[in-house]
Amino acid sequence: MITIKNLVKTYGTGAKATAALKGINLEVAQGEIFGIIGHSGAGKSTLIRCINMLEEPTSGSVTIGETDMTRLGTSQLQRERRRIGMIFQHFNLLSSATVYDNIAFPLRLVRTPRAAVDRKVKEMLELVGLTEHAKKFPAQLSGGQKQRVGIARALATDPRVLLCDEATSALDPQTTDSILRLLLDINRKLGLTIVLITHEMHVIQSICDKVAVIHGGVILEEGPVIDVFLKPREAVTRDFIRRESDSADVLEEAIHAPHPESARTVKVTFIGDLTYQSILSQTVKETNVDFAILQGTISRIKETPYGQLIVRFEGTPEAIERTLQRLAEQKLEVEEVR
Amino acid sequence: MINNLDFSQVNWEEFGKATVETLQMLAYSSLFTLILGLPIGIILFLTSRSSSVGLRLFYSILSIVVNILRSVPFIILIIALIPVTKEIVHTSIGVRGMIPPLVIGAAPFYARLVETSLREVDRGVIEAAQAMGASTWQVVYKVILRESRPGLIAGFTVTVIALISYTAMSGLVGGGGLGFLAVNYGYYRYETAVMLVSIVIIILLVQLIQMIGDRLVIHFTRK
Repeated sequence: MITIKNLVKTYGTGAKATAALKGINLEVAQGEIFGIIGHSGAGKSTLIRCINMLEEPTSGSVTIGETDMTRLGTSQLQRERRRIGMIFQHFNLLSSATVYDNIAFPLRLVRTPRAAVDRKVKEMLELVGLTEHAKKFPAQLSGGQKQRVGIARALATDPRVLLCDEATSALDPQTTDSILRLLLDINRKLGLTIVLITHEMHVIQSICDKVAVIHGGVILEEGPVIDVFLKPREAVTRDFIRRESDSADVLEEAIHAPHPESARTVKVTFIGDLTYQSILSQTVKETNVDFAILQGTISRIKETPYGQLIVRFEGTPEAIERTLQRLAEQKLEVEEVR
Repeated sequence: MINNLDFSQVNWEEFGKATVETLQMLAYSSLFTLILGLPIGIILFLTSRSSSVGLRLFYSILSIVVNILRSVPFIILIIALIPVTKEIVHTSIGVRGMIPPLVIGAAPFYARLVETSLREVDRGVIEAAQAMGASTWQVVYKVILRESRPGLIAGFTVTVIALISYTAMSGLVGGGGLGFLAVNYGYYRYETAVMLVSIVIIILLVQLIQMIGDRLVIHFTRK
């Protein structure tokens, strides 16, 4: 659906030039929710703006469907942009227009007949659950409601792609969750491809299928969220994940607490249905070792349940070795922790 | 001065005529100031942030012209513009003769206020409109002008009030209106009462316009 090739964006020229994006390659599939996570200044904002040419790339290409966005003339670009919805951190609604008129805005840009505008706006109001607020002005709405208007406005032209620029960063946690649910819902109902940028791992974990970690203008790693989340390769990625669990120090302490010489500490990862099965307890009964859980998470990444436990096994070296083997045989991922 | 305060000499009929003249000057000059100042302000705004070097050069030149017109004291501007005025309205006196210098004096002033108001519009809203495929003209017309309406009205109110004081100054050079009465009767003929009445009418006019302006600003403010 979206193919980004060797995308470079440099601000300024000559000695003062700074590179915001240093050769980005990404592939977003149709119907996917693709998350790009990075710290502020990592280039994620520039990257998402290059997709609809709000920022003109210095070199490289951005292809949506069959269209190379970097080669379009002004009026062609305007036409293409109507098929790409975008929502923003600060909503960017017209303060002088009602909710209704804000949603009608993109339709009226192309002189849509009045009746068609009315039909579409009402449909969108229904979709985002703001029907009774149609006549209000943005200043009279809460942040979450404003973002709902933003979403309705972005979807009014039936786009094939929705770009979300830190769409939940200005919202409180509950509102964030309700907006994320709405986005997921729309993605399913309409089969809409969504590209979002964020600095919160929580957002990625809740709704994204794939994630790319951007740092210093390059993509450090990317892949299905479950893989990147459970087996991060890069320090930056681990940092984002740790911030979410926020307990690295606690773990450190637990690992170094006094324990028998022969004990071994491992990270056990369950993915999918395995998460809810009693594999661990069955195995230790069989191999006759004891265990202590030092830290653990049982959660979900989008729809997939997962568990990740830091476990210390105590017993004879042979028994522990057999335990680890048995766990691996049952498709759990076992990784030794020092 | 005070012992000359004799309201019986005041010719009310003359006041009526002068007030009408002032209002005529005000109406025409305000209208043309709006017609000229608003587009110039929009051009200033658009060219100042253009990525094209040529357009930014154009901005610098236009900006200097606007500054020059704003820095010439109005009374001198009227006299300096007499040849131009004659060219446009075929006279340099009376109500007609005053309108060109009033517009040329006030339009650059309003253009600057327009430019400032437009700059206040949230960049993000403009970006959102661009992302939705709006053309530059649509961004100006449907977003920038709409969002800055309270500022544009407040600026226009200030401009119209400045025009009132300009029309009063025109009395010095045969422009007619309340200023003419105040100068010729009140100053040259020591009829203080005439001057006072002129001042009162002008004050009332200013109050009225400010009030209407404020009402409109409140009406269009959504924040």
